[in-house]
Amino acid sequence: MKTLFKSVLALLALAVVSVGCVDNSSKKGALGNSAAEKVYVAPGEHDEFYAFVSGGFSGQLAVYGLPSGRLFKVIPVFSVDAEKAYGFNEETKPMLNTSHGFIPWDDSHHPDISQTNGELDGRYVFINGNNTPRIAKIDLTTFETTEIIEVPNSAGNHSSSFVTENTEYVVAGTRFSVPYPQRDMPINEYKGNFKGALSFISVDPADGGMDLKFQIMMPGFDYDLSHPGRGDSHGWFFFTTYNTEEAHSLLEVNASQNDKDFIAAINWKKIEEYVNNGGGTKAPANYAHNVYDEHTHTATSTMKKEVLIVNPTDVPGAIYFMPTPKSPHGCDVDPSGEYIVGSGKLAAELTIHSFSKMLKAIEDKNFDGDAYGIPILNYEATLAGSVKQPGLGPLHTEFDGKGNAYTTFFISSEVVKWKLGTWEVIDRKPTYYSVGHLMIPGGNSRKPFGKYVLAMNKITKDRYLPTGPEVTQSAQLYDITGEKMELLLDFPTIGEPHYAAGIPADIVAKNSKKFFKLEDNKHEHAVKSEAEAKVVRDGNEVHIYLTMIRSHFAPDNIEGVQVGDKVYFHVTNLEQDYDVPHGVSMIGAQTSELLIMPGQTETFMWYPKQVGVWPFYCTDFCSALHQEMQGYVRVSPKGSNVPISFTLDDDAVDSE
Amino acid sequence: MRIKFLSIVAIAALMTSCSGEKPKTEVKVEAPVKTEVKAEEKVEAKADDFMNDKGVGPVTSLELGELDTALAGKGKAAYKSNGCTACHKISKRFVGPALKGVTQRRSPEWIMNMILDPEGMVENNVAARELLAEYSAPMANQNVSEEDARAILEYFRTKN
Repeated sequence: MKTLFKSVLALLALAVVSVGCVDNSSKKGALGNSAAEKVYVAPGEHDEFYAFVSGGFSGQLAVYGLPSGRLFKVIPVFSVDAEKAYGFNEETKPMLNTSHGFIPWDDSHHPDISQTNGELDGRYVFINGNNTPRIAKIDLTTFETTEIIEVPNSAGNHSSSFVTENTEYVVAGTRFSVPYPQRDMPINEYKGNFKGALSFISVDPADGGMDLKFQIMMPGFDYDLSHPGRGDSHGWFFFTTYNTEEAHSLLEVNASQNDKDFIAAINWKKIEEYVNNGGGTKAPANYAHNVYDEHTHTATSTMKKEVLIVNPTDVPGAIYFMPTPKSPHGCDVDPSGEYIVGSGKLAAELTIHSFSKMLKAIEDKNFDGDAYGIPILNYEATLAGSVKQPGLGPLHTEFDGKGNAYTTFFISSEVVKWKLGTWEVIDRKPTYYSVGHLMIPGGNSRKPFGKYVLAMNKITKDRYLPTGPEVTQSAQLYDITGEKMELLLDFPTIGEPHYAAGIPADIVAKNSKKFFKLEDNKHEHAVKSEAEAKVVRDGNEVHIYLTMIRSHFAPDNIEGVQVGDKVYFHVTNLEQDYDVPHGVSMIGAQTSELLIMPGQTETFMWYPKQVGVWPFYCTDFCSALHQEMQGYVRVSPKGSNVPISFTLDDDAVDSE
Repeated sequence: MRIKFLSIVAIAALMTSCSGEKPKTEVKVEAPVKTEVKAEEKVEAKADDFMNDKGVGPVTSLELGELDTALAGKGKAAYKSNGCTACHKISKRFVGPALKGVTQRRSPEWIMNMILDPEGMVENNVAARELLAEYSAPMANQNVSEEDARAILEYFRTKN
């Protein structure tokens, strides 16, 4: 009895200790504060937001639900994807064409959702390829990459791909300046000879078609990040710069010399007007423009040969520099368009410029000299204020639409909430660890949905089960509805998450396509009924026109193929229902499977090398009889007299 | 009868395990197990008069007039363009039943409902379930318009 009593006492003591822990608000566990409930989306229920999170060095774009953090889809953008045959099938190979040829990879960074009147409209997501400069457009009816445009005269396409208030332009700025025009020259003659191109890609309001309208050939700095003006500042675009020293080596030292670098303020409306009136110089160029057509289910790549170059000094009053301390990285504009936040990576404080004060300084010609003919505005004249001692290594800022801003600090691993106008710090919460970007759905538009902030981390170390030397990167979700932020959830991400774009699910989900209509299929090798399926020899090329439906191929017995032939499988999925894709692959095909949506046609190549009878089969579990969905190709020796034949159930495919 | 139902249960079990891997339209096929007794009654009724079995779906009542050859022509095209031929032949059993004489075996409403909502029919109609048991492959929903389904029915009337 006594022992029992002791045990009860011990338990009570433990309980007290536990309660003590729960009371400590900064260390509340998931159960102690209902964080789990806040991110719990019951089976079968849907998330409130879509989050489009960049895949970084995976080159892709991941689609998550918030608040659950569940991964729905990885959209292939700049890298080949064997799962979806992106870059493997004949239809999508042209999407990855560039002036350097077929490029199977890139480094994707900053997704941005299209806007109308400064608010998210959910039609498209744009994202930049950093390494071989490109801008991609993802159509949010199909969640597929439908257009990629290469950016000439650019290198390290980093201050991209942000859209203006009505998606007039998606903007791409070079991080690395390069010789313009490109030429064989000594690297140490960088200064004054290298240029930084800021590219304005127009977006057709009707069909979203992209066109490189003009490039502003800026001084040879590094253009790091950018954001558009909105509201009163609509018509302007702001870019952070570093390496205004124009160093060409050991930049970590040599590009950190100047006390201040610049935020470049670009009046793009003024430049657009100049260009529309015949301004600018047409210069030779060579860049790919790749477009995927939803009706032909096929991409085409066109090499463009000309670009319109604008020299900054030719358009007086269009471009100014605002001095900003210590190699600023993030360049973020608040929902009103009045405040431009520059995050000096090495600075002890955040610098906030005022748009209205900037206009006044321009009007008063309050300049501190110029850089390559571009006026430098007086630092004090444009300064709205600064957030003092906010943390170490500020990077990026988003806004909740309620007068608050949230900034990430890489070195001190935290998100800091502060107030616009008073610049006072309201709250700070740790991140695990080394946070880069953060995202509030709509947080860089006129109308943020200030319920959550998603912080994206570079390092996770001990946060998850170890997986060898390479560990996952992660995102962390915070509730920002209260005065203090509350950490709700960690979840792993693909690649390295740079920026993300979030949007209420109801704006996007209602437009999501369920399947492609067979009658609208304009693919040049589509067959729309089994009766049209066929196999055609043309010299040493054999074209197999195959159909698929639960659960067979037509034809499924093919003879007359020979070693050394070049065999095309043109495969059409005849299904006309939601979520009935079929896959197909052929033994020995030196490519990926095809994953074909209902109503779609795709093509893969096969080079038969061995005599025999070789199977193909459906690779996506499609029905109860999926395991029966298979076929055979008979491969005869080269020069064999076995004729081409193709049957289904030992009959012609068009037998009635 | 008993053997037949056992096989339905077996198929249902098979489908359930398949749908566990990737849930598709087959998930509804569990129904036969639950309605076993009721089903037996209905089967007997059907044997007496197939015209009274209108199936379950959007078409509840349809009076057929004289054969409309223009409509039947449209139906022939719709029969091909909607993918029906992938599983049906007129003259012989293929993936699904031969369609020769189908209008003498099934009511017009039943035929249209089977085209328009095959999943609902398998769930709620005994004759449709019996077909699934016999042919194993569930009929695909091709999202055929009601107009096309009506024309296809007229085409079938020319194939008696």
